[in-house]
Amino acid sequence: MLAYIIRRVAQSALVLLIVGLVAFSMFTFVGDPIDNMLGQERTQEDIDRLRGQLGLDQPFPVQYYKFLENAVQGNFGVSYRQGRPVSDILLERAPATLELAAVSGLLAIGFGIALGVFTAIRRNGVLANFIMSASLIGVSLPTFLIGILLIYLFSVELGWLPSFGRGDTVDLGGWSTGFLTESGRKALILPAITLGLYQMTLIMRLVRSEMLEVLRQDYIRFAQARGLRERAVNFRHALKNTMVPVITVIGLQLGAIIAFAIITETVFQWPGVGLLFINAIQFVDIPVMAAYLMLISVMFVGINLIVDLLYFTIDPRLRVDGKGGH
Amino acid sequence: MTDPVLSIRNLTVDIPGRYGTVRPVDGVSYDIAAGEILGVVGESGAGKSMAGNAVIGLLNRPAFISGGEIWLNGQRIDQLRGDTMRRLRGKQIGMVFQDPLTSLNPLLQVGEQLTETMLTHLDISKAEAEKRAVAALDEVGIPGAAERLNSYPHEFSGGMRQRVVIALALCAEPSLVIADEPTTALDVSVQAQIISLLRKLCRERGTAVMLITHDMGVIAEAADRVAVMYAGRLAELGPVRDVITDPSHPYTHGLMASTPLASRGKARLHQIPGAMPRLDAIPEGCAFNPRCPHARDKCRHDPRPEMGASNAACWFPLVGAEVL
Repeated sequence: MLAYIIRRVAQSALVLLIVGLVAFSMFTFVGDPIDNMLGQERTQEDIDRLRGQLGLDQPFPVQYYKFLENAVQGNFGVSYRQGRPVSDILLERAPATLELAAVSGLLAIGFGIALGVFTAIRRNGVLANFIMSASLIGVSLPTFLIGILLIYLFSVELGWLPSFGRGDTVDLGGWSTGFLTESGRKALILPAITLGLYQMTLIMRLVRSEMLEVLRQDYIRFAQARGLRERAVNFRHALKNTMVPVITVIGLQLGAIIAFAIITETVFQWPGVGLLFINAIQFVDIPVMAAYLMLISVMFVGINLIVDLLYFTIDPRLRVDGKGGH
Repeated sequence: MTDPVLSIRNLTVDIPGRYGTVRPVDGVSYDIAAGEILGVVGESGAGKSMAGNAVIGLLNRPAFISGGEIWLNGQRIDQLRGDTMRRLRGKQIGMVFQDPLTSLNPLLQVGEQLTETMLTHLDISKAEAEKRAVAALDEVGIPGAAERLNSYPHEFSGGMRQRVVIALALCAEPSLVIADEPTTALDVSVQAQIISLLRKLCRERGTAVMLITHDMGVIAEAADRVAVMYAGRLAELGPVRDVITDPSHPYTHGLMASTPLASRGKARLHQIPGAMPRLDAIPEGCAFNPRCPHARDKCRHDPRPEMGASNAACWFPLVGAEVL
């Protein structure tokens, strides 16, 4: 088990190193930031001075090493556009994205699993079939369109919910949260639904098909033949066996929620890292883009690591060095 | 003789389908007394498992009981539905399935599966259930039962897992056990152990057993009486000695003659010509008539024969026909 964890952590580190190389390559190969930072009336002297300040005049390997050294310490340099340390900007923006992602993730997992189990158990029911048909909408409509439709219905027509922004936030020791104010909570509803709807329908359809597969197994029949209550058969015996493949997908989808927040944040002008990234692209603000790339990959890798460890707690067959034996 | 534990009367199971209804179990009747093992034999598709599933109320839809009665300990159970039927399962009727590798939940420790079953049916504390779980594993011959409670199914071998399955089926002390091909998926060397274990436990507790199998060797070894099924109908029913040594129905005779025995040496095995009819093409008259070497006009045209004094559903039962 320990050897397995160490191996997985080493693999994760390798992945991050490669992503770091890609992120760093952007500095060298994507445009020249100096053009954007200095106005029309610049002299060669100004250019050279700024280049030296930013360390852009050094050879590639040296720059890469410096980049890694700084990145590990959470230092991604200075934003070309805002002239402030990137880490400060990210820390300022991260709570908005993380809160949005957390709420959509919980919505997606909670409703996804519940509806998946429901449609599997009542697979011939009218309501279950209706939910299955409706889920096609969630799978096939693009995120931005869902966002726009929600804004049109709930903000423009009904006027119940705000169409953009985060509402009022409360600062809790550097973490600005929108959970504590009414306008913050209200502002969260539409973006969270927009971001989570696709993941929810995906999880729901996966849970349903896995659950139907498990319900056909001999051990479910044997559980029924032993007269266990229907609830125990469905949840204790069937759902647990359903979760192993479902957790893999949920793990990947959580990463995707954070990554795809870009679109939702753009539609709702949500002041998170996704919106920051979009603005950075328009300005070729490479330190911000590189830092964002690293941040997202750390999250993906971290979530996958957690998922792999979750397998062990769920499936005893994977605990290779367990007791007993044949 | 006391009243039988299980009494099936004219049981009929239908499966409605797009191209008409088929009848996998057709007018089957038999009794099983306490402590008795009734072997149910037949080829694949003869309806033997379907009858067992009907008794425990686990027919897969769209199959349903379309006629007849099932009585368990003086209670009619074929009309019970939902929760009432569920309470009978495990508590009064235990079931052992064919494949021990797939009939245990891989994610739950065997102790959990045992206590869960007992707590569902018996009014006992968790500690008491755990104590009984150890006793149950011990009884089916699992060494170090107390430590094995926390083992997962994959940590047992196939034979050991079937012992766990038997412990699970018997843990709430049912009065009837349906064993559906309990040895088919096991190594030959383990089969005999499992059969003798099943027989021992049921004798001790006076449990009635419906032993469904296609293995005549298992029947000869374990059963008291045997029911031979063909195309959903009962062909012959009688004490195991009589049926094996002196079969009355030509089908049973053919079945016995085609069982490999060491005493027959290297002689070619007998074959019954043809194959069992599909359920949607059961011939008129006696279902066996196209394959029967003794068939006459009456067998082909008259309504199907009923069980007579000879224990065989045949118009012209064999008398003293020695099995080769």
